[in-house]
Amino acid sequence: MRFTKDHEWLEPAEDGTVTVGITAYAAEQLGDVVFVELPEVGKTVKAGEGLAVVESVKAASDVYAPVDGEVVAVNDGLPDGPETVNADPEGGAWFAKIKVADPSKLDGLMDRAAYEDYLRSL
Amino acid sequence: MSMNPVGRPTRPEVAATNDSVHPTLTGGRGLLQDEPLIFELGGWDKTGVDLPEAGGDTSVLGDLVRAEPIGLPGLSEPEAMRHYVRLSQKNHAIDLALYPLGSCTMKHNPRLNEKAARYPGFSDIHPLQPQSTVQGALELMDRLAHWLKTLTGMPAVALSPKAGAHGELCGLLAIRAAHEAKVAREGGARRTTVLTPTSAHGTNPATAAFVGYQVQEIAQTADGRVDLADLEAKLGPHVAAIMVTNPNTCGLFERDILEIARLTHAVGAYFYCDGANFNAIVGRVRPGDLGVDAMHINLHKTFSTPHGGGGPGAGPVVLSQALAPFAPVPWVVHGADGLQLLEQPEGEAADAFGRMCAFHGQMGMFVRAYAYMLSHGADGLRQAAEDAVLNANYVKARLSDVMTAAFPDGPCMHEALFDDRWLEGTGVTTLDFAKAMIDEGFHPMTMYFPLVVHGAMLIEPTETEPKHELDRFTDTLRVLAEAAKAGEVERFKGAPYHAPLRRLDETAAARKPRLRWTPPPAHAIAAE
Amino acid sequence: MRYLPLTPEDRRDMLGVIGAPSVDALFADVPTAARLPGPVDLPRHQGELEVERELLTLAARNRVAGQYPFFCGAGAYRHHVPATVDHLIQRSEFLTSYTPYQPEISQGTLQVLFEFQTQVAALTGMEVANASLYEGSTAAAEAVMMASRITRRNKAVLSPGLHPHYAETVQTLAHAVGMEIERLPLAIDAEAEVVSHIGPDTACVVVQTPNLFGAATDVTAIGEAARAAGALLIVVVTEAVSFGLLKSPGAMGADIVAAEGQSIGNGLNFGGPYVGLFAFREKFVRQAPGRLAGETVDADGRRGFVLTLSTREQHIRRDKATSNICTNSGLCALAFNIHMSLLGETGLRRLAALNHQQARKLKATLDAVPGVQVLTPRFFNEMAVRLPAPAAEVVETLAGNGVLAGVPVSRLDPKAGMDDVLLVAATETTRDADIEILGRALTRVLSP
Repeated sequence: MRFTKDHEWLEPAEDGTVTVGITAYAAEQLGDVVFVELPEVGKTVKAGEGLAVVESVKAASDVYAPVDGEVVAVNDGLPDGPETVNADPEGGAWFAKIKVADPSKLDGLMDRAAYEDYLRSL
Repeated sequence: MSMNPVGRPTRPEVAATNDSVHPTLTGGRGLLQDEPLIFELGGWDKTGVDLPEAGGDTSVLGDLVRAEPIGLPGLSEPEAMRHYVRLSQKNHAIDLALYPLGSCTMKHNPRLNEKAARYPGFSDIHPLQPQSTVQGALELMDRLAHWLKTLTGMPAVALSPKAGAHGELCGLLAIRAAHEAKVAREGGARRTTVLTPTSAHGTNPATAAFVGYQVQEIAQTADGRVDLADLEAKLGPHVAAIMVTNPNTCGLFERDILEIARLTHAVGAYFYCDGANFNAIVGRVRPGDLGVDAMHINLHKTFSTPHGGGGPGAGPVVLSQALAPFAPVPWVVHGADGLQLLEQPEGEAADAFGRMCAFHGQMGMFVRAYAYMLSHGADGLRQAAEDAVLNANYVKARLSDVMTAAFPDGPCMHEALFDDRWLEGTGVTTLDFAKAMIDEGFHPMTMYFPLVVHGAMLIEPTETEPKHELDRFTDTLRVLAEAAKAGEVERFKGAPYHAPLRRLDETAAARKPRLRWTPPPAHAIAAE
Repeated sequence: MRYLPLTPEDRRDMLGVIGAPSVDALFADVPTAARLPGPVDLPRHQGELEVERELLTLAARNRVAGQYPFFCGAGAYRHHVPATVDHLIQRSEFLTSYTPYQPEISQGTLQVLFEFQTQVAALTGMEVANASLYEGSTAAAEAVMMASRITRRNKAVLSPGLHPHYAETVQTLAHAVGMEIERLPLAIDAEAEVVSHIGPDTACVVVQTPNLFGAATDVTAIGEAARAAGALLIVVVTEAVSFGLLKSPGAMGADIVAAEGQSIGNGLNFGGPYVGLFAFREKFVRQAPGRLAGETVDADGRRGFVLTLSTREQHIRRDKATSNICTNSGLCALAFNIHMSLLGETGLRRLAALNHQQARKLKATLDAVPGVQVLTPRFFNEMAVRLPAPAAEVVETLAGNGVLAGVPVSRLDPKAGMDDVLLVAATETTRDADIEILGRALTRVLSP
């Protein structure tokens, strides 16, 4: 699993896709998640652009696309069960699968140890 | 992902700890009655209005007649009276106790204003009656306009906007129209950007984005003002306007306001002032003298029309000479046969950018605000601003040793801003502290706004609080603050204990929204 | 000054606690050049008696609707409001409270809003309603922009019977967000025309029923045509009492309903404050403007209400908000809620039938006036009539004779070519004798 400074995780698969979600730290910071808005399958995204929206009662936050690519799947269960984001952020609450345009870009991301160091630095 | 700083618990963290030893059978508590929804009171065939039966001939309407049941219960008059009186007693109100919501200006609402607004000569006239039959109403609008223009030092005012945010929209549309007219006349590139400080009311960026501008934030200095260097760096020929609140949302007067206006005008942009805090300076400072081009005035703040549990408001917009021609219709003008409403964008109003709403604006609020102005007079309004500022500084002085003032140096204007540094390590948050104030009978201050201050607590006492009430309030907050620091966490985490309800589960409300009453299964069966 | 509690001694003591030499010192941040040395050039403060005198003098220069035979409508209607309503909305706890941001001490307002939403949903025949908007025309503009967000399309078609003020407000606000508005020229009974203007980029069609001319329309087929093309049907209603007699917009397939609620609980007030009703299909809730009250429980498990789904609003989303609307029309919504609770379904149906009955009598009387032609086929309580003279002049002459005869179409749209068309409305407040007076006065004025 790889991590970004924007508190998102990516799980690369062998077929050239990555699964994307938000970290346990981010879920904790948000508070109770009440709504998730997902992109449409087939959407082309650019790194840093909005991929999804996640809302707690008092805050709406954008989830950014961590890499360039195409959305090939979204977690359809999430909009009806937003509490999963709090319960299982780094597993069941994945947001989308993205077919990565340039897999070499993944190399620059943090591993878990580096991300945990990063969290301690905040 | 973006991390929004305003997140906070929205579910009760302390479960049932009801101190009630003997729960009541009715669900009420003494004078506080439990009251069901009207839909649960069962008056499905009842009415509290005596009307004659009409002849039933609806042949002209054919099959457009509503056959299906509507689903509306009725109440007899005594039942209705009790229902609403019981409900009313579950509300805090300025008539009951201090309501120090910063930026909202909860002050006394004189009942003379209510009385005047109900004179049939104002309340029972139709907006489209012949203008010859409503000259008194037009005269009132004209006099109100004169007061607003004189108090702000601005040459024109658009009266019709229905609320502050509606006024912001009106002001920005006038600015956009002025830029478009200039481009049409002289050519040049379209302006794309509106600058707002980080501390702005949420409506400012929302309005600018709504009108199609990109929003760019201006940094703030350590002493809570607009960062002039940052403003200057971001200004340019692409900037349509800046939107600055003055006094700002930290309760501070923008010392460099004249320079802000000069820099803005130098690049051909307009200065929109959010007038939400005009009550702090009315009668002492005229926005027109500060270089402002447009400013909305919340009649429900500065001029004390009642907030009514969330409206109706009224948001007239004063405009500079450059923007005045673009004001929306209707305009009140002096004609040969007396006062006249220009309702079409033609003649004098040919450049009007359009219309903000049906009819002419919030007449009921105009009457109230005008009565308020007449009562105060030029001298009283000035005194009101001074007392508002004095009261806020008094609260700040009385609390600064137990809480942390966000900007301790120098005076504040009409509101005192604290942050939550003083709560660090106590386990008590701004939210918890606010909820404990409810138990003491005070409405909490504005919390977590402005966003530039961590755990913000924005206290606006207003000029209508007597000194003894401010003493009672600050004495109470001092004791609460000491209790928080002494580790009495439960007192805060579980608060309120004594309000009509304890903390509500906003998470559940948002996850599975229930936005209307629906018949329980038993009722549905009975109705069939 | 009676509204200011501080005494000179208080002020002196407080300055001492603050450590400021004078009140002027508290205004030290104001640039010297911008400090006013004394009060501006306006009158000084006055007692209640003096203020009442000035305002009564102004009020006396207006012709009060209730004192004349009165037939004005066109988006604002004179109905009887029970005394209970005005008493209750003046209770301090309703009148002098703020938006219910602290739900523990705002359950009165919140429960009222929840009841109001339920009533509005029932009246309009829709799944959900919000806690109100400013008034009807801004509600219509919000509906158009909401349809654009839902369909991701950019164009709206306005029906030929839409109130011109509503059309202009929609044009102004929707133009602001870059939408294209096609406004069909005024016509008395031609709502179905919108269908031929629906294209692949149409977000919505806006149809008013009863329309400006009082004509009621079955919009079912229009809605079907819109949805077949991927567009939404927005139904506008300016006379809320009509919900008691006419088929509901929801029953006719409306996707969004934007209505003026003034008729229930609220007086004419020369055009404001009024209350915008806004109802829609539940699946659109996240795209809806305005506040919503929702049901939940407190820490002790007791039922309560909160403002919910507020992440749509500007104080959180800021430049990504769905609308810049900040306030609703709370006290007017309360008046609506109380009046509606008093009426109940029984009372509302009776009230609507009475309105229709008086309108039928009005039509019969007008039909008998030589040269006058009633143009509206299916009316509820308002109709357009063609006069053999310019309507504005006739109205002015009749006003001189003590009759407020209605609204000339030329006042709302001088370019419509309808200078001879007058809008007349009757409600339960219209006496049979008033109708007879209008008939006689018209006959007299129009006779050559």
